[in-house]
Amino acid sequence: MVNWIWMGMMVVSVLFGAANGKMEKVAEAAFGGAQTGVTVCLGLISILVFWMGLMRVAEDAGLVGKIAKLMAPAIRRLFPDVPRDHPAMGYILSNMSANLLGLGNAATPMGIKAMQELQKLNPNPDVATPAMCTLLAMNTASITLVPTTIIAIRMNFGSVHPAEIVAPTLLATIVATGAAILADRWYRSRNTIPPSQSSAKPGRREAPVSVIPPSASAGGGGTY
Amino acid sequence: MIAFIQLVSTWTIPMLIAFIPLYASFRKVPVYEAFIDGAKDGFGTAIGIIPHLVAMMTAISMFRASGAMDAFVGLIKPLFESVGVPGDVLPLALLRPITGAGSLAYVTDLIKVHGPDSFAARIASTVQGSTDTTLYVLTVYFGAVGIRKSRYALKVGLFSDVVGFFAAVAACWLLFGLV
Repeated sequence: MVNWIWMGMMVVSVLFGAANGKMEKVAEAAFGGAQTGVTVCLGLISILVFWMGLMRVAEDAGLVGKIAKLMAPAIRRLFPDVPRDHPAMGYILSNMSANLLGLGNAATPMGIKAMQELQKLNPNPDVATPAMCTLLAMNTASITLVPTTIIAIRMNFGSVHPAEIVAPTLLATIVATGAAILADRWYRSRNTIPPSQSSAKPGRREAPVSVIPPSASAGGGGTY
Repeated sequence: MIAFIQLVSTWTIPMLIAFIPLYASFRKVPVYEAFIDGAKDGFGTAIGIIPHLVAMMTAISMFRASGAMDAFVGLIKPLFESVGVPGDVLPLALLRPITGAGSLAYVTDLIKVHGPDSFAARIASTVQGSTDTTLYVLTVYFGAVGIRKSRYALKVGLFSDVVGFFAAVAACWLLFGLV
C-alpha cells in the first residue's frame, strides 16, 4: 500500500502540476521535500544519540527488564507474540508512557528501540511482524494527555481557556486508539492463518503468554 | 489538574536523566561507558532513516505544491459540511496524517484567522492534538529497522486517523455545543 500511495502522490502531482501550469513549483518542491527529509533526520540525530545512550544505561541496570515485568496485563495482551520478559516489552511501555505525557522527544527513540528489539524476534527482517504493526498503530493514534504544543499556540493567540481542548482531545484520542486496536486485531486474525498458529489463536485472550514459548519465536518458529 | 499534568510533563525528563544513571551506579554499571556505547547506535539509526524520509517528504511536498491537495479538499468539502464539519477544518483531515509540520502550520493559521476560541479552531486544535502523523511515524519506525513490507500497518493507521478526526469533531460538538 505504501508503494501505491508513494507512486500515486508523485504521478498525481505531476499531472496536476501540468494542468495548473505549476511544473516549476512541483520540481522545486521535489528537491525542497528531499531537503526537509534530511533536515528532519539531522534533527533526530541529537535526540536519538542522547536517548539511546541513556536507555543503554537503563538497560544495563536492569531497569528495562523490570518495567517489562511490571507491565499491565492489558498491554501484554496487545502483544501476545512477544515473550513476557523480553526487553521489547519494557521499551513498548516506556514508549507508551512517554506518548501519554506528551514527551514526543523521548517517545520516538523509545519506540525505535522497541522496534529494534521486535526486529530481533522477526524471522523475516524485511516484513513487519504483527507486534510491530500493533506498536505502530498505538503510535499513530498516540494517546495524549496534554497536547503541549497546541496549548502553547492557543495561549499565544490569547485564548480565554487555552487548555479547554484537553477534554475533547482525550476523548478523540481514546476513540482513535480504540479504533486502531480493533482494526489491528482484525487484520491480525485475518493474517495468522498458517497451521502452526491456528491452534494458538482461540486461546489468545485467555493465555496470551503461553501462545509462543520465547525460544520458539526468537528462533523463527512464529509464523508471520 | 491540568497544571498538575503539565508539571509532571516538565519534571519527568530531568528526573529520568538524573534517576537512570543514579540507579545504574548502584547496580555497579559503568554508566558513562554504557551511555557512549548505546549512543553510538543512535547515530546510525538516524542516518538509516534518511532515505525513507527523503522519499516520503519529496512526494508530500510535490503533492501540496502541485495543487493536487487543494483539489482533493475541494472535492470532499461539501460532503464534510453536510455532517457538521466547518469547511475550514477539512484540509486538516488530509494534512494531519501526512505532514506534522504542515498540519501544525495550518492549525496555527486557522487559530490566527478565526480566533483561538472559535468552534473551528477548537476542532482543529483537537484534531492536531489527538493523533500523530501516520506517514511520518510509519516511515521513521519501520525505516529505523529496515522494514520494507509494512503489510496492513498503514491501513490501520489511516483508519484510526479517520475515526479520530470524526471523534474530534463529535467531541467538540458534545463539549462546546453549537457555535
